[in-house]
Amino acid sequence: MFDWRWDFTAEILPRLIIATGNTLLAAGLGYAIAIVLGLILALAQRTPYRALTMTVREAVEFIRSTPLVLQIFFVFYVGPQFGVRLSPWVAGMIAIGLHYAAYLSEVYRGGLESVPKGQWEAATSLNLSTARTYFRIVIPQALPPSLAGMGNYLVGIFKDTPMLSVIGVAELMHTANAIGSESYRFLEPYTLVGVIFLMISLPSAALIRTFEAWVRRKLGMS
Amino acid sequence: MSYFEFLSVNSTRFIDGTLITAMQTVLAATLAIALALTTGLMRLAPNALIRGIATVYIEIFRGTSLLVQLYWIFFVLPLFGITLEKFTAGFVAVGMNLGAYGAELVRGAILSVPRGQWEAALALNMSPAKRMWRIILPQSLVIMLPPWGNLLIELLKGTALVSLISVADLMFEAKQINATTFLSAQAFGTALVVYYVMARFIITPFMRWLERATARKLGKA
Amino acid sequence: MTEELSKYPLELTGGDVPMVRFKNVTKQYGDLVVLDSLNLDVAEGEMVAIIGPSGSGKTTVLRMLMTLETINGGVIYVDGQPLTHMHHHGRLVRASNRYLRQMRSNIGMCFQHFNLFPHMTALENCMEGPVHVLGLSKAEARERAENLLDLVGMSDKRDQHPSRLSGGQQQRVAIARAMAMRPKVMLFDEVTSALDPEVIGEVTNVIRKLVSEHNLTMLMVTHQMGFAKDISDRVCFFFDGKIEEQGAPDELFGNPKKERTQQFLSAVKEAV
Repeated sequence: MFDWRWDFTAEILPRLIIATGNTLLAAGLGYAIAIVLGLILALAQRTPYRALTMTVREAVEFIRSTPLVLQIFFVFYVGPQFGVRLSPWVAGMIAIGLHYAAYLSEVYRGGLESVPKGQWEAATSLNLSTARTYFRIVIPQALPPSLAGMGNYLVGIFKDTPMLSVIGVAELMHTANAIGSESYRFLEPYTLVGVIFLMISLPSAALIRTFEAWVRRKLGMS
Repeated sequence: MSYFEFLSVNSTRFIDGTLITAMQTVLAATLAIALALTTGLMRLAPNALIRGIATVYIEIFRGTSLLVQLYWIFFVLPLFGITLEKFTAGFVAVGMNLGAYGAELVRGAILSVPRGQWEAALALNMSPAKRMWRIILPQSLVIMLPPWGNLLIELLKGTALVSLISVADLMFEAKQINATTFLSAQAFGTALVVYYVMARFIITPFMRWLERATARKLGKA
Repeated sequence: MTEELSKYPLELTGGDVPMVRFKNVTKQYGDLVVLDSLNLDVAEGEMVAIIGPSGSGKTTVLRMLMTLETINGGVIYVDGQPLTHMHHHGRLVRASNRYLRQMRSNIGMCFQHFNLFPHMTALENCMEGPVHVLGLSKAEARERAENLLDLVGMSDKRDQHPSRLSGGQQQRVAIARAMAMRPKVMLFDEVTSALDPEVIGEVTNVIRKLVSEHNLTMLMVTHQMGFAKDISDRVCFFFDGKIEEQGAPDELFGNPKKERTQQFLSAVKEAV
């Protein structure tokens, strides 16, 4: 009744599966950038230098309040204007990594603030350096309360990767668009993209919860 | 060309685009709130079928991408005999997507109203509908308003995607200006600032005001 | 500030240098003066108990010695050297982080709420400082930590995380952790206040053992008057940011001279 063509489905499925690999790669790379950069943004807001903390705070607010798709365009097109050509992948990873770094920095900030002051004082009394206190004492304790938020944004970044299609990153959405414009059939490619997204994002929520419990146990904090 | 000249040449396009973005935001927000309330309540219904319908809606729209949903509604839905004009398809997709997230906020807020309130309402022999409408919902409103503030900013950002089906919103105009002037930093930068101003200086203060007004009305301030 | 500092010696020398000296030390938060020009000497090996009503500034004394609070006036000397100031062209200036870290190694502290690291076992808590600050090898640090856990009677729980330990057990591990750094001065900040009454004894017994077996200099803020009387060489009664009265424990508890001391001690007795 819906004119769904299974032969066409079988024909385009391999292409979509390969593109799914690219989608996962983009999400993974973007998330790796966001995880590290987000920590830097969070720590920068805890330094005693007011100018730095205020600047980073405002930058995070700005990134969080503006559309990712616009940021992707911005990063991709502004480079050439000043003589720097970025490939779609590089521009896309910078934009999506920065966008989610801003979100993750808020998650980290909450986690870091949840570590009691007494932990800092104990670290001082043992003469641990600031860096070591962060990496051995504070961050391990800030991690468990941050995991839920970090997991949400992992799924979030995965679901935002279709926006990379606008600058030509050959992920799922881009491939579905290409199939659509070649064959004038949109039903199968777009529906399959939706199904693939559902098949990955639904179980990952459960997986993330399992992982969260595992980390808590590992750190002896359950 | 100085930035000031750039602005004066392109101001009409930016203003037109901003108005379309504002309309998309208001319409999508209205739809999202209605859907969130309806399906959030349906998720708490005793009837498994009603719960199931709401769950399917929420999981599908939260489990896939807004862009996928937008394309599906605009390109695929016509094959089922439902053709939406692009402006309508735009805010419907954004509203349905954010409504699914909002439903979880509604459900969570209702569940966090203390048990004693349900029992007190029951003790007064209120009908279930009255209990929900007069006792539980007003209290859960105070709980859910702060996260709704964040959700509305996500919704505003989401409307930028409607440019991809050629709705002439702010994002679309920025792209057009970029294509004709090649001044990417100015074109996209200006649009970024306008989105930021809308989020930070219109939506956020409005939600703060609403939070305060609601709290006052419920005697919690 | 520099003007005022010029009247303090760069370091204490001579035959009779105290382990700790507070010289005109002042601490204030805005207008609130917490410590008002405090002068206090603690000799090497001495155990000083600090008592007084809450808000009298007694905990601040310990927190300043641990450099957890900045100091608004005066100078603290530890083992003859200024603690939060250092020499700079023959004058005292605010200490650099590096100098602070060097001086801090003289001091260990136990807290009211233990502040054990929850993601580390008892043994790991005791090894963290020795390995990463003192630069001991894992084996050396482990041996030191095991000996100390033995001393505080926690050997059998050394692989437990703090969440599995009672308050008294956690506090004993915290004492071992502080001792593992081999400080010259140990600070005990109300270490029994957060404990259930029946486990207070296990912690005070450990402190008794430290007093009898180690030649440590100790400052202890406590509400346990009996314990303070038993164990200390000297008791300081703090009131309103000042030492109102001090003396040998028998003297101060048996025959307090000042009216405020008498009032405080009788109020405490009634509460018991």
